[in-house]
Amino acid sequence: MSTDTTMIEATNLDKYYGKFQALKNINLSVDQGERVVICGPSGSGKSTLIRCINGLENHNAGKLVVDGIEVFEGSKDIRRLRQEVGMVFQQFNLFPHLSVLENLTIGPIRVRKKSKTEAEANARKYLERVHIPEQADKFPSQLSGGQQQRVAIARSLCMETRIMLFDEPTSALDPEMINEVLEVMVDLAESGGMTMVCVTHEMGFARRVADTMVFMDEGEIIESSPPEHFFTNPETERCQAFLKQILVH
Amino acid sequence: MASLSGSYVKPKAPALTRFFASTPVCIVIYVVVVGFIISSAHNGSKAMGYNWQWYRVPKYFYTFTDDGFQWGEIAIGLVKTAELSLLAFLLALILGLVIALLRLSDLIVGRAISVVFLEIVRNTPLLVLLYLFYYVLGPIFDLDRYVASILCLGVYHGAMISEILRAGINAVPTGQWDGAKSIGMSTAQMYRYIVLPQSIRFMLPPLTGEAVNMIKSSAIVSVIAVAELTTIGRNIISDTYMSFEIWFTIAVVYLIVTLILSIGISYVERHFAVTE
Ligand SMILES: Nc1ncnc2c1ncn2[C@@H]1O[C@H](COP(=O)(O)OP(=O)(O)O)[C@@H](O)[C@H]1O
Ligand SMILES: [Mg+2]
Repeated sequence: MSTDTTMIEATNLDKYYGKFQALKNINLSVDQGERVVICGPSGSGKSTLIRCINGLENHNAGKLVVDGIEVFEGSKDIRRLRQEVGMVFQQFNLFPHLSVLENLTIGPIRVRKKSKTEAEANARKYLERVHIPEQADKFPSQLSGGQQQRVAIARSLCMETRIMLFDEPTSALDPEMINEVLEVMVDLAESGGMTMVCVTHEMGFARRVADTMVFMDEGEIIESSPPEHFFTNPETERCQAFLKQILVH
Repeated sequence: MASLSGSYVKPKAPALTRFFASTPVCIVIYVVVVGFIISSAHNGSKAMGYNWQWYRVPKYFYTFTDDGFQWGEIAIGLVKTAELSLLAFLLALILGLVIALLRLSDLIVGRAISVVFLEIVRNTPLLVLLYLFYYVLGPIFDLDRYVASILCLGVYHGAMISEILRAGINAVPTGQWDGAKSIGMSTAQMYRYIVLPQSIRFMLPPLTGEAVNMIKSSAIVSVIAVAELTTIGRNIISDTYMSFEIWFTIAVVYLIVTLILSIGISYVERHFAVTE
């Protein structure tokens, strides 16, 4: 149901890759400040869904409205939308030819047209926030995976968006680095105000911050419920099986 | 099988390949081949009763007389070749970039134009293209032989360069586009700040090769008598009949120019390799 405070509203979304249907009749509504965690087996369409939200993929049917802007293929507003929606990727996608500071300031300077001084001051503030102020002048390849992902989070923060999307931000990390990234994400979630949609299998994190848990399988949303309910009383067998597998391991 | 230490072991090439690829062996092979060419030229000319006159060659580079220092015809031809190649290369770069971007764009018309252009140019011999520019387009658009040559070389190599640029752009991982899009960049900004700076190191080696090709294929404009290095060589020979000396000299001049170019650019490449 759409209200004034709805940030993301997907109605009957379908998405095809050629003949293959990756998203089937997706309905999802995310309120301002709400934190949604999406989980589900590999290939279930989690990335596809989250990439549709900022127009990295185009859905083929249904309606998608994000922050009051309707998203569709060829929309002129797509850049305006992306400036309001940050995204953190599994593979970081930092710019390897730019220093950490330049990675953080290129968006604010080139897209937001801020002055260099202002952008750099802001960038240092957010590096502080992700606990790596001392790495500003290094290049991404000189950082550990956990540090790179924190830079990627800071890059999104520097755009000062109201919505943040995370696509398995810790899946590419060595186990000992997962916590340093999750800590930053918990801090963001708990500071409030930001709408977060996070694809992750880190159930400890999900329990702690999620307002809503979403379970996807084979391109469909199978379950969507508050975490208390989701973890103790999953309704479908597929979800039960998935949780059993992931929680044991 | 992954080694336990975790370090990557480069697979070794077969022993024979390694033997022929090693520097000393390469040098020996090179010397033998060059020696063979020179000695057979020497023997051939002796059999013909050829009269070597190397002492007459230097004056075609420069003369130093009562009038003072003067550049010779070969030096002037070399400058003309360099100028022609440089202008044609700049044109080829611009044209190549436009064609590559059209090819990669979402515009169906743009992609169609670039594909048709590429197919036509790649399947036309350079000589035919030159005749087309000089004898067909020349009179229509009032192009002199020099301009027609530059346009012809620019178009021909522009097609090659567009493929080099396209491959370089495609070599940048798709995640870089995702990252750039996610901070709201426009297509132009993504190319300018994210993609092109990263693809330069993929593009430089084949672009060097294309620049060398450009200098070599610029010789073809001698057929429409543009006064560059090869034309000058022909003119000198028709005056002096020193075909062996002059052609050897001209070949060495081309070799030196292209070698300097390759070595110069390999320095630039090293610069791009470290700032990763
Ligand atoms: N660019 C693409 N082209 C074709 N098929 C794709 C593409 N991206 C994803 N898919 C397919 O869509 C399905 C969902 O993929 P994805 O959204 O990445 O799943 P998840 O993130 O849940 O692992 C998978 O079966 C995948 O193979
Ligand atoms: Mg995924």
